[in-house]
Amino acid sequence: MVIHNPNGADAWSGLQILPLGDSALVIKFGDAIDLETHKRIRQLSEYLEHHPFAGMTEYVPAFTTVTIYYDPWKVAAESASADGDVRQSPFEAVKAAALNLLLELKDTDSAAPATVRIPVCYGGELGPDLEEVAAVNGLTREEVISIHSSADYLVYMLGFAPGFAYLGGMSGRIATPRRQTPRLAIPAGTVGIAGEQTGVYPIETPGGWQLIGRTPIRLFVPDRTPPTVLKAGDLVRFYPISRQEYEEWEESSL
Amino acid sequence: MSLRIGKPGLLTTVQDLGRFGFQKYGVIASGAMDAFALRAANLLVGNPQGAAGLEVTMLGPEIQFEHTTLISVCGGDLSPQLNGRPFPLWRTVLVPSGGVVSFGRMKLGCRAYLAVAGGIDVPLEMNSRSTYLRAGIGGFQGRALKSGDVLPVGEPTYQGSQLLRLLARDADREAGAVSRWSAASSLRPAYSANPEVRVIAGAQYPDFSADSRVSFEQDAYSVLPESDRMGYRFSGGSLKLEKPAEMISTAVTFGTVQVPPGGNPIVLMADRQTTGGYPVIAQVASVDLPLLAQVNLGGKVRFRLISLEEAEELQLQREAALQTFESGISSLR
Repeated sequence: MVIHNPNGADAWSGLQILPLGDSALVIKFGDAIDLETHKRIRQLSEYLEHHPFAGMTEYVPAFTTVTIYYDPWKVAAESASADGDVRQSPFEAVKAAALNLLLELKDTDSAAPATVRIPVCYGGELGPDLEEVAAVNGLTREEVISIHSSADYLVYMLGFAPGFAYLGGMSGRIATPRRQTPRLAIPAGTVGIAGEQTGVYPIETPGGWQLIGRTPIRLFVPDRTPPTVLKAGDLVRFYPISRQEYEEWEESSL
Repeated sequence: MSLRIGKPGLLTTVQDLGRFGFQKYGVIASGAMDAFALRAANLLVGNPQGAAGLEVTMLGPEIQFEHTTLISVCGGDLSPQLNGRPFPLWRTVLVPSGGVVSFGRMKLGCRAYLAVAGGIDVPLEMNSRSTYLRAGIGGFQGRALKSGDVLPVGEPTYQGSQLLRLLARDADREAGAVSRWSAASSLRPAYSANPEVRVIAGAQYPDFSADSRVSFEQDAYSVLPESDRMGYRFSGGSLKLEKPAEMISTAVTFGTVQVPPGGNPIVLMADRQTTGGYPVIAQVASVDLPLLAQVNLGGKVRFRLISLEEAEELQLQREAALQTFESGISSLR
């Protein structure tokens, strides 16, 4: 269903709240990936982070949605104690809680995003496809590095693998199609380009991206809290380092 | 206290109810495929429902217990035995010091859950003891169990000790004993090799062609061999959108039925990725997730659409029944 804010504020117009089965609900803020939608998702995520409601298990922000997971049993127990004998559907109870929350949120500003600087050793055996990216776009290797490392990228969401960030803001000047044949194992920390996307593989996985470099930073460390360097809403800035700096960094982080 | 793995079986892992709170970082939840069976097994040995146990898949392991303890096996019937003698599922079993639990033929379902009083006491990683095989996280060294592994077992709870005392009273301590109490058959999921699984319409359900929607509800879908803890892949009537649409990735969950362009549905299971970008035709009702978790490769599943309200009601009834069972167990002394 489509929610219209009775207060007339248009900040949440077009919002949809849909069930994802009987234990999760999706708040959909729009149909397109844009900064305004991202800002609202971030506001709600920050609020939920610090004010989880009774029965909520966790939340997951994505490009246009925030999904809230809940325990229907706990939600039902909570709403039964609040309303006496009236047994409300857990989905309806969580939806009502979410709507209240959204109305409260409309005037709050979220905190300034953190900028995370990520060192990258570009090219060579750590970035075997740098030449290809340069050739496809009629650029030199240095130009590709300069373009890739001079933008602020926005972390829209994490998914696919632990700590994998979907970044927005890469220049179309270095966009490059995926490789015809995916590689079977791409080492953790490898920085790649696929079409108009760029990103870093946090753990070793197969993949078809064009590999342009590697960071010595570990983006996913299971025993750290939180376990990832990046979170949705952060800004990322890559900066070039030499092979020697890369090696030293690797050694010091062992 | 500890237990030792002899033969490891096909795939035996440490699992609890999952790794929650970290999906926003892209960390998958994992946890028991049949969480209901694990919860019941834990209650039968006096553990909290979320204690870690062993998920035993298809071909079971051999496990030696170094101390007298309580175990319970729930879920799929893989013919469990204590020192070579068969014992029933869904009951509390006293295992004498040095006792060996093994498994035989797969009779019904394909995943058994073994709980031990005190729980498997591997370290918590991101608030969970579940094994996430792909990233090598959690459980016992992040991997499936191997021959010779020695797993730490925690201290039994007060309730666990009470149950042990009760069973030991009339038991032959050498041979072990099986409880007179059990989880009622009405409490247990109606496992079947070819179950009907109830689902709720997904966000893109109306966008599928009329023929596809009919197929989805009327055809039997077979579980393909490439299915695993991450997801069940099915073949059956092909499912197509009325108009192909570009999807934006969003969060998914246990039981999400997504349909890639090929038209064969995939049901996401315990080791699913946190987000997905395929159209979602349906979502398996929580109450029937255990049925799906116990379907073996080649099994045929029929999906039946029910309303969200029905799914909620069924799940709340199941939870209420489990709570009654928990009270029953805790009154034994």
